[in-house]
Amino acid sequence: MHNVTGKAFVFGHNIDTDQIYPGRYLELVDPQEIASHCMEGADPTLVQRFTPGDIIVAGRNFGCGSSREHAAITLLHAGVGAVVAESFARIFYRNAINLGITLLVCPEITKEVNEGDILEVNLGEGLVINKTTGKTIKGEKLSDYALEILAHGGIKPLFRKITAQME
Amino acid sequence: MHAIEKILARASGKDTVTTGEIVKAKVDFAEVNDLYLQTIYSFYEMGGKKVWDKDKLCFVFDHYAPAPTIKSAQIHKEMRQFVQEQGLTHHFDINTGVCHQVMPEAGVVWPGMILVATDSHTTTHGAFGAFGTGVGATDMATIMISGELWFRVPEIIKIEINGQLPEGVMAKDVILYILGKLGADAAVYKAIEFCGSYVESLGVAERMVICNMAVEMGAKTAYMVPNQQVLEYVKARTNRPFDILETDPDFKYAESYIFDISQLSPQVAVPHSVDNVVPIEEAPSVKVDQAFIGACTGGRVEDIKAAADLLRGKKIHPHTRLVVIPASNEVFLEANKLGYVEDLIKAGATFSTPGCGPCLGAHEGVLASGEVCVTASNRNFPGRMGSTGASVYLASPATAAAAALTGHLVDPRTINKGVE
Ligand code: SF4
Repeated sequence: MHNVTGKAFVFGHNIDTDQIYPGRYLELVDPQEIASHCMEGADPTLVQRFTPGDIIVAGRNFGCGSSREHAAITLLHAGVGAVVAESFARIFYRNAINLGITLLVCPEITKEVNEGDILEVNLGEGLVINKTTGKTIKGEKLSDYALEILAHGGIKPLFRKITAQME
Repeated sequence: MHAIEKILARASGKDTVTTGEIVKAKVDFAEVNDLYLQTIYSFYEMGGKKVWDKDKLCFVFDHYAPAPTIKSAQIHKEMRQFVQEQGLTHHFDINTGVCHQVMPEAGVVWPGMILVATDSHTTTHGAFGAFGTGVGATDMATIMISGELWFRVPEIIKIEINGQLPEGVMAKDVILYILGKLGADAAVYKAIEFCGSYVESLGVAERMVICNMAVEMGAKTAYMVPNQQVLEYVKARTNRPFDILETDPDFKYAESYIFDISQLSPQVAVPHSVDNVVPIEEAPSVKVDQAFIGACTGGRVEDIKAAADLLRGKKIHPHTRLVVIPASNEVFLEANKLGYVEDLIKAGATFSTPGCGPCLGAHEGVLASGEVCVTASNRNFPGRMGSTGASVYLASPATAAAAALTGHLVDPRTINKGVE
């Protein structure tokens, strides 16, 4: 599994789905447009400063609130490299992994990372290396199955492969 | 390991699992409710042809039963077609009730199983010692194809509830009280085990009320060690063998809480959040337009009995409606046999088809702007039961019945019980 390297954007606790993707944009379908509102409720300037591959760092309970899948979809279309948080809301976590977004639970992350630090996320080991400070931050290793889903780019491509083999 | 971990380990073919690990577990039973036609579309989109096991998947028509709109009629039509094409053994059409009531009644819920449904209140089935959890459409479609689902092994919180409830106070009051104390985010992505002398003494209905609302704290699943009442209930409804997996004595909980409910008053969650809870003595004596007794939280025989006991021989307030929706047809028949239906209709109640009713604002008694409802259901955020301008107070069935009688939010213990 390849590692992800990118610039960190740091957020606090309880970033809810409305902050990740405000409800008034739920009707949009164009991926570019959806991406252009990514994290708008939390930081309207993010999209201008964000380059694909960058990393969202957050505190506890990232993705809480409604079950809207758009919260994960906007991060996907914005090209997020990974989301590393102290904890995730359950439905967001499932939606994101199913869409093929790299997630890592890392209980100490906000203490060890400042906005703009360059991070390397090592998925295989469940680690984050802060290249700016030189520190290694331990996270929870993803399971083989989650890695398999991510390697296929999400659960739908994986299942298409599985059902094709069932024939 | 905890019993919950043992359930996950067994279902994923492992000896042990650890917190945070993701496992792929075999699902023993899966349920799709009538909000989730998307599951069928996603099933085909991913190349699905036949569901993994026709005995282990069901559809329940409860949110829109019977269909109130052309759109929901179309959903039912396409779902029925899928059920027939796939030859599913279990099907619960508009004549059955709320999924969380009809599944245990039909014997498809048992201790130690994994039950997954497209509904957040699937935590209810922890009452039976089952691992019950809710998922979205994509996850459900993958189960329909493979019979498996990936799970993150959750941290487990222990909530011990001791004591004996005073007269006039119900299980709903207990869980509201705990929600108020711990908050709506107390158990995000975690599991909750309820234990203690109170829980051990409880019947099936009360256990279901408490596990049902565990999800209002964010819990992924809830668990209670099955007691004698549960075993009798399950054995009367299913022939399948099951065993009870026990938590190891050295298991370490992520957090523990202890509550004593011996002095508890009726509780009310005032608008607009479930954890905005006050004892009835401190609740505002608002004028009430509608009282609702029903839903997967408050529509069982015990709940209807509490209302009937309070209203027997009386008339509800002329400015207040009382909507009663039994959680299932079985509940309806039983409440009828015991005379509660007649008591309540004579008191002025409106009965509707078993199902979700106005719990999520789809039909059968939704609220207008500015109206106030006291409800035995489980959510009170703006717009949940109709207009976003309505105010919803969550309370026990007894408190809802007292509100119907007096036209105000009042302590049900101040009402003289009706004549036998
Ligand atoms: S009764 Fe209410 S909470 Fe229960 S399943 Fe129906 S809509 Fe959901």
